[in-house]
Amino acid sequence: MKYLYYPGCSLEGTALEYNLSTLAFMKAAGADLEEIDNWTCCGASAAESVSRLLSLSLSARNLALAEKMNGSREILVPCSACYLNLKKTAETVRTEPDILNKINIILGEEDLKLTSLVRVRHLLDVVSQDIGPGVLKNLKKRSFAGFSIAPYYGCQCIRPYKVFDDPEKPVSMEPLIKATDADVHQWAMGGRCCGASNMNTKMNIGIELVTAILKGAKGTDAIVTVCPMCQINLEAYQKLISKRFSTDLQITVLYLPQLLGLAIGLPEKDLRLDLNLSVTGSFRQKLKKT
Amino acid sequence: MSQKIQAGGKHEPPDSLLEIRKMVNACIQCGTCTGSCPNAFGMDFTPRHLWRLVLMGQKDEIFKSRTFGLCSACYYCTLRCPRGLPLTEAMYALKQIAAREKSEVFKTGLCFYGNFLESVRKHGRVWELEFMSMYFIAVKNPLIPLRYSSLGLRLFGKRKLSFRPHAAGRTMSLEKLFSKTKELEETIR
Repeated sequence: MKYLYYPGCSLEGTALEYNLSTLAFMKAAGADLEEIDNWTCCGASAAESVSRLLSLSLSARNLALAEKMNGSREILVPCSACYLNLKKTAETVRTEPDILNKINIILGEEDLKLTSLVRVRHLLDVVSQDIGPGVLKNLKKRSFAGFSIAPYYGCQCIRPYKVFDDPEKPVSMEPLIKATDADVHQWAMGGRCCGASNMNTKMNIGIELVTAILKGAKGTDAIVTVCPMCQINLEAYQKLISKRFSTDLQITVLYLPQLLGLAIGLPEKDLRLDLNLSVTGSFRQKLKKT
Repeated sequence: MSQKIQAGGKHEPPDSLLEIRKMVNACIQCGTCTGSCPNAFGMDFTPRHLWRLVLMGQKDEIFKSRTFGLCSACYYCTLRCPRGLPLTEAMYALKQIAAREKSEVFKTGLCFYGNFLESVRKHGRVWELEFMSMYFIAVKNPLIPLRYSSLGLRLFGKRKLSFRPHAAGRTMSLEKLFSKTKELEETIR
């Protein structure tokens, strides 16, 4: 299993533990990741809010860089926003040759050219489809029996492109969580919106959405995410929300490769649980007993 | 703003809503978008209402509304629209017009996105510390940074906010990409 790797900006900063745990887990699962040389920002939700052509060009630059690499023809992307931007660009240039021409005029300034030969894949796609629960069960060193885990997918890895999961009722994380012996929390919030960047520009709106998700996960041991934006929105405002609603909504929020990494016996220091903003005392206690 | 000459030789301002009208032309006003929108509770016009305003060409009403600025791109409306309309793209297209025309209602959003992109233009990858500082200075409201101060301190404590751009030492400026994109966009317009 070989993949080109596009970590994206968040994974160098606020989501550092997502990057490190992804690298550690994928290596242990036998996947070979090669980082795209000199990759740059995909534009996040900022570029498309200002200019469609800028948004497409920023992503196209990374697709063109990936094409120049000699390795795999598949790009693995852990961040859902990066994934959607790269995927949308790859799909757009296939159906709008006029846009591809414009993008290549722009990329030509740096002697880059896009032909769109690479396939863009989300980390959850690769982990659930290429690695899968069978490999996890074989590698398992630690049982999460007695844990209840809430799978949180967010939006952009499952919508609008239906690739590896049901965009209305996602389930791809369930066999993976079951492979750790944990129970899957059945809830309707798995594919709901975390508020995304509204949390930075219209906080009161974002808080409402996060509150509904945290309430839905109450009583479980942890929420598991596959996106740095979802992760920070779910973990960073728990104290404020608990205070506002006079109820304890503090809960552990882990990235998927952190949970799976623990289950296959990777050391906690490699998965960097110390960098998460919300790992509760009771979760740590329970983890010690596993 | 440039003027285009109509077939009859009459000068008319370019219709910036034209492309979006094409996107939502087949809207049957069923309201599935509104029912699916997680942010509808905070909007003045519901998404369904907004599409009607687009079809009626009510530009002033649209760009005074908070609605399009609240779209968080969850793609539920796009997924569920029985007419298969690209509604999230249409929301983005409205943001793009508001950004170009510097609409008052999109000021905070534009401030956020604009400073994000400025950081990307300079360094190739976003540098959170610089971009958030620029955003807080630009919004000119000391209450906004206060709301994020505890999060900022926690991120510092975890060494997740860097004092240097991530790509420091490498030349990854996207100056050429940004300026060529702008040049092409201006020729189109």
